[in-house]
Amino acid sequence: MTGAGEDGHKRLVVVGHGPSGHRLVEALRERDRAGAWRITVIGEERRPAYDRVALTSYLTEDADLAYPAHDDGVTLLTGDPVVAIDRRARTVRTAAGRDVPYDALVLATGSAPFVPPVDGRDLPGVFVYRTIDDLDALRAHCTDLTTSRPQVGGIVVGGGLLGLEAARALQGLGVDTHVVEVAPWLMPRQLDEGGGAMLRRHIEALGITVHAGTPLTRLEAGEDGGVARVVLADGTGIDAGVVVFSAGIRPRDELARGCGLPVGERGGIVVDDTCRTEDPAIWAIGECALVNGQVYGLVAPCFSMAEVAADHLLAAAAGHDSPARFTGADLSTQLKLMGVDVASFGDPFAGPDQGALDVTYTDPVAGIYKRLVVSDDARTLLGGVLVGDASAYPALRARVGAELPGTPEQALFGGTAAPDGDLPGATRICNCNNVTADALRCAIRDDGLTDLAEVKRRTKAGATCGSCVPLVKKILDAELAAAGIEVGKALCEHFDHSRAELFDIVRVRGITTFTELITEHGRGRGCDICKPAVASILASLGRGHILDGEQAALQDTNDHFLANLQKNGTYSVVPRIPGGEITPEKLIVIGEVARDFGLYTKITGGQRIDLFGARVEQLPRIWKRLVDAGFESGHAYGKALRTVKSCVGSTWCRYGVRDSVGMAIRLELRYRGLRAPHKLKAAVSGCARECAEAQSKDFGVIATDKGWNLYVCGNGGMRPRHADLLASDLDDERLVRLIDRFLMFYIRTADRLQRTASWLEALDGGLDYLREVIVDDRLGICAELEAAMERHVGSYTDEWRATLEDPDKLRRFVSFVNAPDVPDPSIVFESERDQIKPVLVAGPRLEVARR
Amino acid sequence: MTTTTLRPTGPAPRDGGARWHPVCPYDDLIPERGACALIDGVQVAIFRTFDGELYALSNLDPFSGAHVISRGILGTRGGVPTVASPMYKEVFDLRTGTCLDDPQVALPTFPIRRDPATGLVEVALTHEHRQ
Repeated sequence: MTGAGEDGHKRLVVVGHGPSGHRLVEALRERDRAGAWRITVIGEERRPAYDRVALTSYLTEDADLAYPAHDDGVTLLTGDPVVAIDRRARTVRTAAGRDVPYDALVLATGSAPFVPPVDGRDLPGVFVYRTIDDLDALRAHCTDLTTSRPQVGGIVVGGGLLGLEAARALQGLGVDTHVVEVAPWLMPRQLDEGGGAMLRRHIEALGITVHAGTPLTRLEAGEDGGVARVVLADGTGIDAGVVVFSAGIRPRDELARGCGLPVGERGGIVVDDTCRTEDPAIWAIGECALVNGQVYGLVAPCFSMAEVAADHLLAAAAGHDSPARFTGADLSTQLKLMGVDVASFGDPFAGPDQGALDVTYTDPVAGIYKRLVVSDDARTLLGGVLVGDASAYPALRARVGAELPGTPEQALFGGTAAPDGDLPGATRICNCNNVTADALRCAIRDDGLTDLAEVKRRTKAGATCGSCVPLVKKILDAELAAAGIEVGKALCEHFDHSRAELFDIVRVRGITTFTELITEHGRGRGCDICKPAVASILASLGRGHILDGEQAALQDTNDHFLANLQKNGTYSVVPRIPGGEITPEKLIVIGEVARDFGLYTKITGGQRIDLFGARVEQLPRIWKRLVDAGFESGHAYGKALRTVKSCVGSTWCRYGVRDSVGMAIRLELRYRGLRAPHKLKAAVSGCARECAEAQSKDFGVIATDKGWNLYVCGNGGMRPRHADLLASDLDDERLVRLIDRFLMFYIRTADRLQRTASWLEALDGGLDYLREVIVDDRLGICAELEAAMERHVGSYTDEWRATLEDPDKLRRFVSFVNAPDVPDPSIVFESERDQIKPVLVAGPRLEVARR
Repeated sequence: MTTTTLRPTGPAPRDGGARWHPVCPYDDLIPERGACALIDGVQVAIFRTFDGELYALSNLDPFSGAHVISRGILGTRGGVPTVASPMYKEVFDLRTGTCLDDPQVALPTFPIRRDPATGLVEVALTHEHRQ
């Protein structure tokens, strides 16, 4: 590349502004400090780049998918596709007739959905699933359809990853959805037959009909000329008012073809492992590129290509060569499809011909399928498939190609236990940012890193999706141990003790203030890690109101204002609604308060009502109204008991066995205000149908013919875990006593921010040990645990009421210390669906503050 | 843009246009907590640390775009007095405004003092911080 623009800059033209093109430009702008490249991006769509991976959320959650805009140094032309490349003159021509010269050209034209050549493919009502425009058109059509013909069905052609996404979207639009897959099972590129079959059971349980192993023959029009019926190869006819094709992609390589660049037999612009085409001035990246004979449709390899091309462009501008190469990609995937965990890693299809064996586990009741593919000596992991429970995925994926620590069965049932720090060096730990175990170890050793945040920042490992963070931590701990550094049970730089040790110190020594604790047992003046942790310990031990004296300085902003901080600096308020039972009068009060203060209201997952958008100076007046009506704090802001959810129970329900609402209210009132290492959620179900979802809670109670079953240490959220049965057929008093002991034992021994689920997983001896301590009282501490809980119950006061009654505590609820009644001018709302929605006036302003 | 780092305490600002703005009595500040002052339309987060020192920084959290720095937890890191943003927990040096988790980023700082005569806390703005 010799040419340069008039002003000495080299001109880069990027064709296509999808995720790959966007990533390339971002990478260049970040690293091109000298400003060697002047960049012009030309996109076909009228929108700038957006996150295509999350496309479905645009329909289901109205998500904003736009990627961050480029800086002013980048010229972006949208809605004007490039139609020709003149390689001799080094210019591209757009549809509008613009000629844009380049010194280097990157093709990032992506791919187009593949629509099989069947009759009727062009009928009205037939869509593809690729762009926001496609989705807008699909939504408009389905809205008409469900209004005019409510019972009519819809068909998604293609049962792969994208097809199932489209099916979810279609179902969300109110259409009775069918999926047609030509292969004998779903997701044939990622799953084996058993995994595909299990996934099918899950998908069908959600009300979607699957037709697998049957190709589509034709589409037939109805009286209105639009699509009305789909006919399959076996003669089956399905009535359908909408059809979505999502049966694979084809690279957009027509520009390359038009200017004589080589393309693959089945499409794709041929590039070498630096992503350069035959023409040294032209690169191709992303889904349009054919690297080593393969086209990639997943976002991670496309991003890798963008990074490689960016590296070479920078090196070329500086007059040297870059060692960056695209060396293929790990096609392991983990995703949640319509609530079903699905993962595939390594080579899930290797069989006896490749010298491989497999170990399979199927649990049709729980809907779990697991298959590990191992070498014929059963020692090396080659790949696998997980459906229904993918918790072992990060640990297993990291082990691909390496020797298993135990037998394949152990690996299969290893659950979430991560392997030790002794992973082979080439093991890729972080898939998103391509960081190997060796790279991590080097960074830790050479840069002397000692904490996880630093490791994430320097290596980027775990900085994107976060699924590998437990592995990164293990490797860090192993490295530190090898270097003779004691592995941190230390809470932070201010305390060498763990939270559990600090709890005992505070309890046994009768310590009542942070200053006392840090002076005698720590150093410095604390931080945002140890201060809230100590505040929680003091609160658990009943050392006064959380805003009394010095304790006020320890609290996180949520506890400090007894409300939940939201993104624009306002707070949300959740009154306690024990067991989810509420009188009409109280509902009206909540409605009136929300209306009078202009708050946004939303029903929470815990059967309560959250009121959003309150400014700090409004909080006392809001609580006053609520407290006067008989409400109290719901502790939504605290690491404390949140809610005890319940089904309606035997009082009303035809199937109910016991009064679940009554028990939920009793438990919620007993444990309200109880501070813990993390939040606590609970539920009571009135029969085995389990409508309260008690088995996903920290403690869950399910009615039986003979009493109550107590489940503990379940979790929903990011890492779901089914709760374990601790004891069966308990009477009311025994149930309450066991929960007392369980909660207090957890509060005393858990780590900071450790939920009960991970606490149990880390507990030496696991569930059996917990049962020995809590049920059999092997340590002889149960009386003490129960007494501690009695003290909590006896000393409970409503934090909101206590705050309202104390002028000193109320002083902090001002917008500005020198203008207490002036509302914060930066808090602005607009209207959406008849309620307020925050608008950030400033927006993140890093560029302003950068030195 | 470059931000000028001002000494958090010290003599009256040299900039002739700036002047000291009284904010509140020193005793109104809760030790180891912040408060926010609105001065000529600028939101200034002011802090009183455990040892009684005063610091003033911009209240705008550059990582979230929300005006919340005054509600962060105070502490120390390696002996340096700090505040952690309550939004995403980035930690800033109270003396210089520098973000210790991302040294590329810094909060503007403002001169602050306790007037010995009145006992009032006072903050000064310079031209560049006016809106």
